[in-house]
Parts: sequence; structure tokens; C-alpha cells
Amino acid sequence: MNAISDTGAAGFLARFAAMQGRLPGDSTLRLAAANAFRSLGLPGATRGRRVEAWKYTSLQALGGMSFRAGAATAPAAKGIVFVDGRFQSGTEKNFARFADRADFGELSWPDRDPMAALNTMLAEDGAIFQIPAGIDAGLVHLTHIGTDGASAHPRQTIRLGAGARMTLIETMSGSGCYLHNPVTEAHVADGALLTHIRIQADAPAAFHLATLYVAVAAGGTYDGFTLNTGARLTRTEIHASLNGPGAVAHLNGAQLLSGSQHADFTSVARHAAPKGTSRQTVKNVLAGQSRGVFQGRIEVARGAQGTDGYQMNRALLLSPDAEIDTKPELEIFADDVKCSHGATIGELDAEQIFYLRSRGIPDSEARAMLVRAFLAEALDPVTNDTARELLEDAVARWWEGQAA
Amino acid sequence: MTAMLDISGLTASIGDKPILKGIDLSVPAGEIHAIMGPNGSGKSTLGYVLAGREDYEVTGGTVTFEGQDMLAMAPEARAAAGLFLAFQAPIELPGVNNANFLRTALNAIRRAHGEDELDAVQFLKFARAEMKRLSMDGEMLKRNVNVGFSGGEKKRNEVLQMALLRPRFAVLDETDSGLDIDALRIVAEGVNALRGPNFSALVVTHHQRLLDHLVPHRVHVLAQGRIIRSGGPELAKELEKNGYSAVLAEAA
Amino acid sequence: MSAVNETLDTVRSVTESGYKWGFETNIEMDVAPKGLTPDTIRMISARKEEPSWMLDWRLRAFEAWLKMEEPHWARVDHPRIDYQDIHYYAAPKKKDGPKSLDEVDPELLAMYEKLGIPLKERAILAGVEGADEAPQRQIAVDAVFDSVSVATTFRESLAKVGVIFCPISEAIREHPDLVKQYIGSVVPVADNYFAALNSAVFTDGSFVFIPKGVRCPMELSTYFRINTKNTGQFERTLIIAEAGSHVSYLEGCTAPQRDENQLHAAVVELVAMEDASIKYSTVQNWYPGDANGKGGIYNFVTKRGACLGDRSKISWTQVETGSAITWKYPSCVLHGVDSVGEFYSVAVTTNHQQADTGTKMIHIGKGSRSTIISKGISAGQSNNTYRGLVKIMPSASGARNFTQCDSLLIGENCGAHTVPYIESRNPSAKVEHEATTSKIDEDKLFYCRQRGMSEEDAVNLIVNGFCKEVLKELPMEFAVEAQKLLAVSLEGSVG
Repeated sequence: MNAISDTGAAGFLARFAAMQGRLPGDSTLRLAAANAFRSLGLPGATRGRRVEAWKYTSLQALGGMSFRAGAATAPAAKGIVFVDGRFQSGTEKNFARFADRADFGELSWPDRDPMAALNTMLAEDGAIFQIPAGIDAGLVHLTHIGTDGASAHPRQTIRLGAGARMTLIETMSGSGCYLHNPVTEAHVADGALLTHIRIQADAPAAFHLATLYVAVAAGGTYDGFTLNTGARLTRTEIHASLNGPGAVAHLNGAQLLSGSQHADFTSVARHAAPKGTSRQTVKNVLAGQSRGVFQGRIEVARGAQGTDGYQMNRALLLSPDAEIDTKPELEIFADDVKCSHGATIGELDAEQIFYLRSRGIPDSEARAMLVRAFLAEALDPVTNDTARELLEDAVARWWEGQAA
Repeated sequence: MTAMLDISGLTASIGDKPILKGIDLSVPAGEIHAIMGPNGSGKSTLGYVLAGREDYEVTGGTVTFEGQDMLAMAPEARAAAGLFLAFQAPIELPGVNNANFLRTALNAIRRAHGEDELDAVQFLKFARAEMKRLSMDGEMLKRNVNVGFSGGEKKRNEVLQMALLRPRFAVLDETDSGLDIDALRIVAEGVNALRGPNFSALVVTHHQRLLDHLVPHRVHVLAQGRIIRSGGPELAKELEKNGYSAVLAEAA
Repeated sequence: MSAVNETLDTVRSVTESGYKWGFETNIEMDVAPKGLTPDTIRMISARKEEPSWMLDWRLRAFEAWLKMEEPHWARVDHPRIDYQDIHYYAAPKKKDGPKSLDEVDPELLAMYEKLGIPLKERAILAGVEGADEAPQRQIAVDAVFDSVSVATTFRESLAKVGVIFCPISEAIREHPDLVKQYIGSVVPVADNYFAALNSAVFTDGSFVFIPKGVRCPMELSTYFRINTKNTGQFERTLIIAEAGSHVSYLEGCTAPQRDENQLHAAVVELVAMEDASIKYSTVQNWYPGDANGKGGIYNFVTKRGACLGDRSKISWTQVETGSAITWKYPSCVLHGVDSVGEFYSVAVTTNHQQADTGTKMIHIGKGSRSTIISKGISAGQSNNTYRGLVKIMPSASGARNFTQCDSLLIGENCGAHTVPYIESRNPSAKVEHEATTSKIDEDKLFYCRQRGMSEEDAVNLIVNGFCKEVLKELPMEFAVEAQKLLAVSLEGSVG
């Protein structure tokens, strides 16, 4: 093997070739994913046609890097703990390991989404939750830790039976330069409710490339919130499909960036059945030379009458070198719908700052108050107290980091 | 003498829910009748059904307006025949100014009657005269229909439309609710101005107050989709004094 | 009633089909053979008696075009266009260009009469509402028939104040320095596939020059008409507004009804200097194809304005009801400090029409401001897409953008799509974007019908209200025309 083929897409393909026989689950699926990954490549790092879905995010930096499979351990943490994508500790009633029960699910598109292809090719382990009908699984913590030099490709599946409930809080952190590439799929059956909180505070040199696929049946609710503060490069890609009448999906999030961080929040809410509701508010606070990206699409299929879709993207630019790129999209093929989106971009409101200063509050404090108010609003949709506290802590940590 | 409007055995529902459960009501030409009743009794539904709103399904009975089967007619045909509904919550039409709206409506009705349409100048002359009579501000014509209007302005706008379209039968759906005394007087004057042997009205209200200005020939109490009692103007006073409970108990 | 309305009614009475402008005019034509080679371009350039620099410029564009690919990112579907199966030049047979209206072929004049275009030098009365208040206004017209300009009116009175309004082919001969300086300066020859094609083969179009400090005394307008079968129309318009000047320009477009698709690929370039303002209005009513989607114009247009000077302003207003396919993004590059860009658009699609239209606002100058108001109405089996870009460059401190995109759906088989791109690299810039999609409110319809209007009248009233913010930006004469056009376009799509 020569040095060039060890980096970028070639490096991942070489690793697959070496591990192929030892990976759990359907090998034909893995081979197909490897073939897809070979042709899709790493967007921005592989030559060829530019892909619209990756218009604002390039993985060029990954092109020259190579990663090893996970091997390290980390100190114990609350709940279920994965290190470098492999199970380390924790028990939970409805939990199983992907390594033991390789469930690739039904929702992902490895033939189309390069990050899903990469994950499908290399996934070794991951958390599988299956909550039986009518059961309230309560609050479950899932912790992901990355270590220097590793690439983790956890494969996660969450299946809620009819009327089941669960609150899943995922936290991601680590140290050094690593790649975290999870694929998660969530099935919310009739009348079920999944609250899914993701707190991504990966190490400053890490890459976080997550893909989520969500299917909501009649009367079910997927209530998702993602906070991105970590990693040098982040992409959160969510595909939510409202498949049954009266399904509800919340795809909320906030991204707090500084330095030269880049974070891309891309989502599609697909209304495939009548009377669905989708809600999305994504806030970006951008300091330093950071760059925030939001691409959100609401799709309404022919026949999905009575759809109610709303999407809002707000960005606060705190520095002259920060950048935001926003692309909210509506794609509508049914007439009896109420869909809207909005986007606002700007800095702190000068009048508000003046008002606070006129009441004796110093300029820097006034600004801090307004930023925190903007962030607090971003957390408004989160109603679970534990989740909210954790998010508030993460926001406070980020803010303290800025002040320092 | 035959009635101008004759409702017989009228039943109607929204979706699967029956709202009107058999209304019998006759309004002779030249008379004003009041409909009173507790919330949810079907008063507004009656107005909508008479005007032909499509989401209300007529499940039985007949409505005859000057000998015509009104239930078979499209909403605009009912309007052309002379029916006017003053909405409880008038609809806002962004970008459509009042003058254009009124002229389009007036000319549609004139066309239906085989009359010449009014051009912009003739219409403005006519509208301004009517507004003066109702002591309304001419500026109202330039504003978009009901957009940014206060509750009182919206109701006055309904009365203005009525004055211009000159219906033969008006249904006023709680036009008095939320109005101060001055506005109430404008509404009453608007109706009184049309009074005559060829004009009738059905006034849906909660209060005696409007009926002081608009003395009705008959008062009907509507409860749970049926008219449970009818009487002269004194019935309204009795209801004002004792509330609906006594009448309801009596009917039960 | 205005002259425009009268003539529109005349047109309506002479035609009976759904598309009221679908007649063909029988005139002896001088047509180039089908196909596109350097020889075609040399032939066009020779017919136009162009200087050699213009031919070289065209040939460079052709070279660039050969290396480019047809773009496919827009939400429009069409069979492959065979660029060798098109006539690139068609002109009424006549040795010299007409010197005055008296020399114009009477058949042509009759056609423009039919279209309701006031070629005769006469005043036009204002619209219906407020007819008593509006001053009488004059409109100068340039009429382009297939590949050539056949008549330009009011030239003498415009010349008195120094305004040049003439066919661009004439400007290339008579004002070569101006054309040379500005052509391709806003839309470079290789800007995009269709612009490169246009640069190689454009045949005519209008040229406008407004000198320093002059407020153009009348509306300028061009009427485009594709008449000959299998002919592409590639017009090129260039408007230059010198410091402190002002001009309002309107274009209207129609074509005969035909079973096959015809290509229209225009380029419009606007240049506004310090304190200058250009208002550019379009009423686009190319033949949209029949109810089954057969025929119709493919309208691939590049329109861009450069606000070069401080406080300059460019305002685009468009009412798009025609064409089988519309691919069009009138844009503003806001270089000047405090310069202003505006885009007001109504796009109506019915039957099988496809429209992918919007704007780009590129903010470079400090304090530059832009406003985008887009109203899309889809009916039948049509698809209507707003696609736009707002880009704030790091230099554009204090820039502002406000965007409002609303879509209205009539019927359950059509589609409405909104694809805005917003890119900001300056924290002091403020960008606001709002978009909504809904169907016509049943309550509003019922309210209007209760007052006596038919369902169709009620829909027209509500649709016109929905479009009001855009229609009010049109010169009054054309606002009335546009309102009627909306009604005609939506005929039969209700119920």
C-alpha cells in the first residue's frame, strides 16, 4: 500500500478492505456502500462535479488525513458510553449493541449520501434501542467519546412502538483530532413520542459528520434538538419523513461557533401524509472567522393536504470575519397547506444596546446580555428539564470560553 | 300575504356534527325579526347556511326566498337575489381596496339585474354620498378591505356595503357586538334607512341594546339548533332581565 | 378606458383561442438557413453592417459557448434543444431599414395595431382608476419583429434632450464607442450558456443612453414579437444612465401559437452611474403552449444591472404570464455606496407551464439596500419556482436586504417552490427573508361571493390583491394591462 492511498477516501476504502471479513451484519450491504462511497467520495475532497447538497461545506481537509479504527478507553461516564464508536460501559433495559445485532435499518441512503455510505461501510458498533408499544422508557443518556487519531462510525437505531415514549440525550466530546461519523435512524410508531437531544461538544480539532433519518407514523412525534459547539468541522444532516396522518417533527437546533469553526445544519422535513406538522428553528451565533451554514427544506408531497410547516433560521454575526450561508427551501405539491419560512441575519441590535447602556449597563455587559438572551430563546423549544439544564450548561461553557 | 323568507324544517351540520336541528321561521316582507340565544345555539350557522357557505352541509328542509328555492343557488346568486350577510368577523382582503371591492360587487349584482355597470366616477360619487349619509370617513374607500381595521371599523364597513348593495333581505350576525354607542347607532341607522315594505332583516344579537334602536316585529329564541320560543319585542326585554335559563328550562 | 385597454379588447375580439395573441402575420421574410456555425455569425454581422470588432466579439462568444454546457440546475424539464435546428436570423424583406413609419410594411403596422401597441406618435391615457387625476403621458416604442427592429417612435423629441433610443444594431454603427465600452460589461460573454449564445448571435434589441442629469421625458418601451416558424429570438438590450439621470423602460413580448417550441434567449444589461435610476418593467406574455403542454416559448433570459455609481438605483418589475419555460433572474450588482436594487415579480403558471425565476442581489457597496418581493401563482399542472441569491460581501457595511416570497396554489396538481440562497459576510448587514405558501383562502372567496361576485371574479380580485405590491410598481398604463393579463391567464383554472 503506498502512502497516498492511506489518506482521504482511499484510506477509508483501504481500511474496509482490511476489516471486511470481521465486520458484523450483511456483507453485501457493506460492499454496495463501499462501491457507492468510492463513486461519491468525500464532497469537496474528491474531484468531480459539485454536489448541490454540499454547496457550502467541503471535506477537503479530510482528503489529506488518515484515521485508525477505535481502540482506546476513556473514563466512565453516566449512562451508556461509547469510545471511538465502540461500546465501553453501561446498561439499559431496552438497549442492545450493533456489534451483537447488526441492524442497518431501512431509512438510510448510502447510495446517495456519502457520509451514510462511509458509515455503512465501516460501522462496527453502536446503540440500538427498541422500546415496546405503550412503554415509557424515560430518560436515557448516551455518551460518545473520541480519541486522537481514531475515526468512529457508530450505527444507531431507535425504534419506538405504538404509544411508546423515550427521551434520549446524546453528548459527544473527546480530545485530539478524530472523526465522528454516526448514522442514526429513528422510527416513531403511531402516537409515540421521541425526544432526542444531541449536545455536540467534540474536540476543537475533531470532525463531526452526523446523519439522522427519522420516520414518524400517524400521530407520532419526533422532537429533536441539536446543539453544535465543538469540532472544527461539523455537518448535521437530518432527513425526517412524516409518513402518517397527523405526524409531528421538530428539527430544532443551535450552533455556537468561533475561531475558524465551520458548522453545517442541513435538514429535510418531508410531509408524505396529510395533516402533518413540522417545526424548525435553528439559531447561529458566529464569532471569529467561523462560518455557519443552514440548509433546510420543507417538502410537501402530492396529497399531503392540511400540512403545516414552519421553519426559521436566525444568525447573529459577532465578528467582521464571520459568515453565514442560508438556504431555506419550500417544495410544495399540495394546495391545502400552510407553509412558511423565514431567515434573519444581522448583528446585535444597536438600539437595544443603547437602551441597556442608558440604564447604566456597560457596553460589554449589554452585549453579553443580548447574546445570552438570543441563545436562551434558541433553547425555548426544549421542555425536558434535565435536557434543558445540560444545554444551558453547554451554552454557558461556550460563552465563558468566548469571554476568556 | 306570503313571507319574503320561508325556512321550513331546516337541518344542517358541519362534518358529522348536527348544528341546526329543524328550523321553522317565516319573515314577511317589511318585517325585522331578531334571533337571540346562548352561545353555540346555531345562530351564526343559520346566517352562513342562508348565505350558502359550502362547509355547512344542509341535511334537510327548505329555504324559499321570494318563491325561489334558495338552497339550490350559488352564494353570488343569493346575493344578486338580494340577500346580504353582515359577517360577525368580516374577512380581510390584503391588497384589495374597498372601492374596487365594492364596485366589483355592485356591478356584479347590477349585471345580474340587467342594469348598466357604474364606471369609476359614477361609483365614487354614489359611494361618497352614502358614506356622508352614514357619517363615515371617505378615506375608508382607499384602504384595503378590513385590513388593519378596528373591530368597530369592520362592522361599519359591513353597514356601508349593505347601504351600497341595497339588499332586500339582510342577516346581521352579531353586528352589534363590541361596538360603542355611536357605532351602534350607525349600524341601526344603516338598517333603518333600508326599512320599507320591500325590505326585511334577521338580526342576530345577544343584547337588547341594538333592539332599542331597531325595534323588531318578532323575537325568536334559538337554542340547541331549534327555535324554542317566539314572541313580540317584549320577549327581548324579558330575556335581558331574566337571562336565557328561564326560557330554556321552560322548553326542556 | 385607456387606449391600451381598448386595443387589448380589440385583440381579444379578433382572436378566439385561449391565447389571445396567437395570430401569425404574413410577411415576406428573409430567413437564414437553420444551424449555427461561424458562418451564421458572419452572415448576421454582415446583414447588420457591423464593424469588425463586433464580429470578433461575437466569434469569441461563440468559441466560449462551444465549450460550455447547457445548465440544468433549474426546476424545469424540457426535451433536448437542438441548436442546429433553429433559424438564427429572420427579417422582413426590405432592402434598407425603414426611415420613418411611413416606410414600414403596412402588414407589420397592422400587426402591432392588433397587439395594442401605440406605434403612432400619440398620447396614451392613463388607467381606469383615478383617470381624472393622472397627467397625459407619452410613450416611445421600439418594435422588434423576429430579428430586427422595425420601428422606433419619438426619436426626434428624445434627441432634443440628448436621449438616444434606437435599435442596438444601429447603435453599433452610430455610437460604436458607447456600445464598445458597455456591451458585455455587466453580463460577460461567457457568463452563462444562454448569455454566450446570445452574444454570438444576437440580432437586435434596444439601445438607450440617457445623458447626465436628464430625466427621460417619456416612458421608453420595446415590443418583442417572434413571428417566423423555427426561429429563435436573441435580442440584446443595453441601457446606460449617466450620472443623475432617470429612465423608465418597459418591454412586452408576444408570439404566435405554434405546436413546436421556440427559443428566446435575451440578454439585458443596465448601467447606472452616480445618482442615476433605471426602472425596467416587463410584461412577458410569450405563447405558453396549449392546455396539454404542446408548443410554447422557451424563455432563457439573462438580465443584470450594475449600480456603478453611489446612490444609483435599479428597479426590476416583471409580470410573467407566458412562455412554456421561464428561466430568468433579473439581478443587481450593487457597487455604489448607498445604491439600491429592487425586484418586484409576479409569475403566473397554468396548464403545463414551468417557471423558475427570481433575482440575485450582490451587495458590494457600503449601505447598499435591496428589496425583493416575489409573488408566484401556480394552477393546473404547472410548477412555479422562486430562486434567488442575496449576497453580502465583506465590504458592504450597513447593507440591508428584505425579501418576501409568497406563493399561491390553485388546484391540487400544481407545485410551488421557494429556493432562496442567502450569504452574508458582514456583521453590520441586516438580511430578512420571509416566505409563505398557501392556497386561496376559502373565507375570502365566500366573503366576495356573498357580496355577489362570481367565483372567477372573486379569484381575480383576491389574486390581484395578492399581487398588488408588485403591480403598483408598474407604470400605470401597464398596471391595468397586467391586471387584465392575470385574469386572462387564470381563466378556466378555477373550480
